Amino acid sequence: MGLKIYDEVEEKSKLTAFISGEIDHHSAKEIRKEIDINLQKLNPTDLYLDFSKVDFMDSSGIGLVMGRYKLQSERGGKVFIQNPPPLIKKVMLVAGINKLAKIVSIDVPLSQMQKAKESAENSDKPSIHTQADIDVHKNDDDKSNQKTSEEVDGNAEEKNS
Amino acid sequence: MPKKKILNEIKLSFPSLSENERFSRLAVSGFASQLDPQVDEISDIKTAVSEAVTNCIVHAYKKEIGKIELIARIYEDNVIYIKIKDHGCGIPDIKKAMEPLFTTSPEEERAGLGFAVMESFMDKLRVLSKEGKGTSVIMTKKLRTKLDK
Repeated sequence: MGLKIYDEVEEKSKLTAFISGEIDHHSAKEIRKEIDINLQKLNPTDLYLDFSKVDFMDSSGIGLVMGRYKLQSERGGKVFIQNPPPLIKKVMLVAGINKLAKIVSIDVPLSQMQKAKESAENSDKPSIHTQADIDVHKNDDDKSNQKTSEEVDGNAEEKNS
Repeated sequence: MPKKKILNEIKLSFPSLSENERFSRLAVSGFASQLDPQVDEISDIKTAVSEAVTNCIVHAYKKEIGKIELIARIYEDNVIYIKIKDHGCGIPDIKKAMEPLFTTSPEEERAGLGFAVMESFMDKLRVLSKEGKGTSVIMTKKLRTKLDK
């Protein structure tokens, strides 16, 4: 992956978590775990949660955003909600979560979307693909940067019976 | 609830396993599909069912696996009725429980918005509960008719 400096002046770093599938109480635990592992590992200033491939979400998704907001706030970081589809956005607006995490619309490079899409197609269950743009001063050797992008697809082989 | 003619009815009973959150909303969505609903209406119904069933799993049967009963009906004039009943711990203060952001499970990252979502996504919401006996959530929604579409 290429190294991208998000904001050189303020030395910000960015982690994007591409969530796909359905977010409910059952699936939220797994999603939460994956995001938090990466948050801890990469310590980004900004966490972007991409919802473009989420096709169902109840208030468990709101709890997920609130929880990450809390974690990020404690470390002086921010959370952004990226590209939610209209029906997902509706739940977010009913909850007023946009007061904690700004809803943003961002053009995502096709290659990143493809990876998120592939993991979604392999499973009915939710999956996460994370992509990090880490500040060059914190991560200046190539190996560690390569590790920042990884695909996590829980139970892709399993099928609901 | 509506004093209208029941056109169709299903009854489901399943244990309070979190895997059944998805099953229950898909079952109701499949049942409601005969009304030829719009995408947003189906999404509203699925979300409301998911909230109600999750409440049974997270709150009513917090420390045990119990039975959840679901009844869905179609009344004339395109009205869908959904009743979700448990025999769990009950809600001591329904008014308090329905306040947005009130939750007894913050450690599980529950947002405390379940009832608020049900209320805003359905037309009517009624909650009956008795401590130690259980809770029933009854929701109705009138779907847009083909003429409206």
